[in-house]
Amino acid sequence: MEIDLGPALIIFMQEAKDLLEEMESSLLALEDNPDDSETVNSVFRAMHTIKGSSGLFGFNPVVSFTHEAETVLDHVRNGERKIDDALISILLDCKDHTASLLEFCVESPEAEVTDELTAAGDQLVQQLTGNDNVSDTLAIINVDDQEATVESLDDVKDMADSWLISLAFKADAFRMGVDPLSFFRYLKTLGDIQRALVITTDIPSTDDFDPENCYLNCKLAFKSDADKQTIEDVFEFAADDCDINILPPNSKVETYLSLLDDLSESHIQRLGDILVEVGALTKNDISKAIQTQENSDTDPTQGKKPLGEILVEQQVVQPAVVDKALEKQQEVKQKVATEASFIRVDSNKLGQLIDLVGELVISGAAMDLMVGKHGLADVEEVAETMNNLVSGIRDTALDLRMVPIGETFSRFRRVVRDVSKELSKDIELKISGGETELDKTVVEKINDPLTHLIRNSLDHGIEGPEERLQVGKSEKGQIQLTAKHQSGHIIIQIIDDGAGLNKERIVAKAVSNGIIQEDHNLSDQEIYNLIFAAGLSTKEQASDLSGRGVGMDVVRRNIEALRGSVNIDSREGKGTTITIQLPLTLAIIDGFMVEASNERYIIPLSMVEECVEMNGDNWRVDEVQNYVNLRGVAMPYLRLSEYFNAAKVESANKQGRQSLVVVRLGKKKAGFVVDELHGEHQTVIKPLGKVFENLEGLTGATVLGDGNVALILDVQGLIKAATA
Amino acid sequence: MAINVTEQRDSATYIAIADEMTIYTALEQKNELLPHLKPNHQLQLDLSGVSEIDSAGMQLLIHMKQKAQELDNEFSLVQHSQAVVEVIGLFNLTSFFGDPVVITVDRSTF
Repeated sequence: MEIDLGPALIIFMQEAKDLLEEMESSLLALEDNPDDSETVNSVFRAMHTIKGSSGLFGFNPVVSFTHEAETVLDHVRNGERKIDDALISILLDCKDHTASLLEFCVESPEAEVTDELTAAGDQLVQQLTGNDNVSDTLAIINVDDQEATVESLDDVKDMADSWLISLAFKADAFRMGVDPLSFFRYLKTLGDIQRALVITTDIPSTDDFDPENCYLNCKLAFKSDADKQTIEDVFEFAADDCDINILPPNSKVETYLSLLDDLSESHIQRLGDILVEVGALTKNDISKAIQTQENSDTDPTQGKKPLGEILVEQQVVQPAVVDKALEKQQEVKQKVATEASFIRVDSNKLGQLIDLVGELVISGAAMDLMVGKHGLADVEEVAETMNNLVSGIRDTALDLRMVPIGETFSRFRRVVRDVSKELSKDIELKISGGETELDKTVVEKINDPLTHLIRNSLDHGIEGPEERLQVGKSEKGQIQLTAKHQSGHIIIQIIDDGAGLNKERIVAKAVSNGIIQEDHNLSDQEIYNLIFAAGLSTKEQASDLSGRGVGMDVVRRNIEALRGSVNIDSREGKGTTITIQLPLTLAIIDGFMVEASNERYIIPLSMVEECVEMNGDNWRVDEVQNYVNLRGVAMPYLRLSEYFNAAKVESANKQGRQSLVVVRLGKKKAGFVVDELHGEHQTVIKPLGKVFENLEGLTGATVLGDGNVALILDVQGLIKAATA
Repeated sequence: MAINVTEQRDSATYIAIADEMTIYTALEQKNELLPHLKPNHQLQLDLSGVSEIDSAGMQLLIHMKQKAQELDNEFSLVQHSQAVVEVIGLFNLTSFFGDPVVITVDRSTF
């Protein structure tokens, strides 16, 4: 089987090019600063990485050449060879040669390297190794090392303190540039190899022996204070060419056991995570074991093998440690179970807290104002810190009122079951996103509209079983109820796979009820949304559940009362999707503050589309009908000062520069004409009180930092007023 | 070629390897050396000229040692270079080869 290396090759070439460039600049840096070990390392890495990757692509000339350079660089790195100008210039030549070799290999991978290149390479290798007369001293050093190792080999008294490392190399290991020796050497820098056992029995003594295949397996007793991850990292780059097994020393077991004892009991962890946390295993061990678990043939009667058993089987950890960890896990589970209690709090108290936090936000703003006004630079920092804390408190307090919507959702299971029985339909309810949180008051208030919408879907949306079979759908209807967060809002969707809405019927009904004209010019979307208009029901036979046309307009009103919106989309024969968008909380919103006739107003920021200058020269303004033509889109506009305080309108205002704030709600747009824009404002919503309850165009008020009151606009109502 | 048959007798062959013994040379050296591994014969490898040896080279030596045992060939390594000594030591194979390892570097230079 041929593997397409094309894309990988491109990446490799790019990488190699970068590495070589880096190598060049490092070498040049070394000319000035020959003792910088980090720079030497980066040169070494370049050669090493190119060697490894080239092996992968079978570029043997590159591998053998870079190997030479790498060896020399390794000596330099270990301080066994001094780097001087001569060596640097040879290495620079080596860099160039590597580049040409790479180019050659990529262009004609099958061809033999030209004599010219070979000769150049040989010469460089000669230069590299020729003056390598340091090797004698190297040998002497190694002799001493050697004796030490030999001695320690006999000293096996404390084998219990050793890590047991098993390495099973794959046949291709040598060709991939993996040399068991390098591990041995590297391990020696981390600790003592107390006993090495190279298993030679796998080397065939027949003629099958391929000297380029790796038949070696090693077992090492390794004494070190390093933790398991560090030891595993030694073998990291060989992980593909070698099966590695690292068993912690028995003495470590004690440590692990005591660590397990001390482990925090605050939350339940998975077994693997516990073992990784105390350092008995590495993440790698766990993922391998999990893979084994997944791949194992599952006996349906027994289920999968427990992870702990697999880990012990794979000899990466002692059974005692796993047992202890399991015990610990159980302990924590019990503890958490008894501790996982809730405090029941009177919701009024919570309300009070939120109110207070609202006041705090306001006084924070007031303080800011004062600090700014008096130019108290040294107070500013303190005020800033306090503001951060206040926002933290605000978020936490609001969070207290957040509840997952799942509970509300699951109530509908029953509704769906009962209703579908009643209607003799087979309908399944699928719920997702039940963990999505939103304000408790919103949850309570959304319950009725949701019930209505779902009943509608059950009744009107999903067809009876026979009808469904006729149109080629499965007998079983489906309703999906989903919730998710989206930019400060929660989106609830009710999706059914029913018949969809019948456009013609809706239009006919709407026309006969006088909601729209016969020569309407509405988009599909607008037609669908007509079902939320009062007095529209298309079901010829009204049922007990729905269909009297009194429901949908109430649904919309309820949702809008929560400052939300509802939209419907449908495809005939395929189903209907109802999307409800709600704010997360009713207490505090991001507002946009404007001013008209010295009165401040807040518009919910999410509804503001843009702000432009109200200028008759730029936009065609119809002063009589209050329409403005903004870049070809006509929309109604409303002068806030006139609307709210018609008597007090001063002509002076007209001379000043005015702005047009374009708001949008669903598909509808309108403009509000204001005198001044103040920008974003954290708005704590206060109810207006009974007296103003029926005031059109306002939903509430907020107290500003300077103690003044700003009114929060009811965009929905104002758009209606502007259109009328 | 870096393999010199220094002495060839009826019962014994002496070979000096003056080259690295690595993955790059392993195949070639195997092809060169194995024909000299004859039954009831003696083969001695002089490793003083082995500048570098890696796992592949060591594996080749192990293979030859094992094969020699099968063939009743008296296979021995002499004049180990420091590179060879180091690897045999690291791999703990001194007793496997059973050859006296002579430390050749003069310690007085230290």
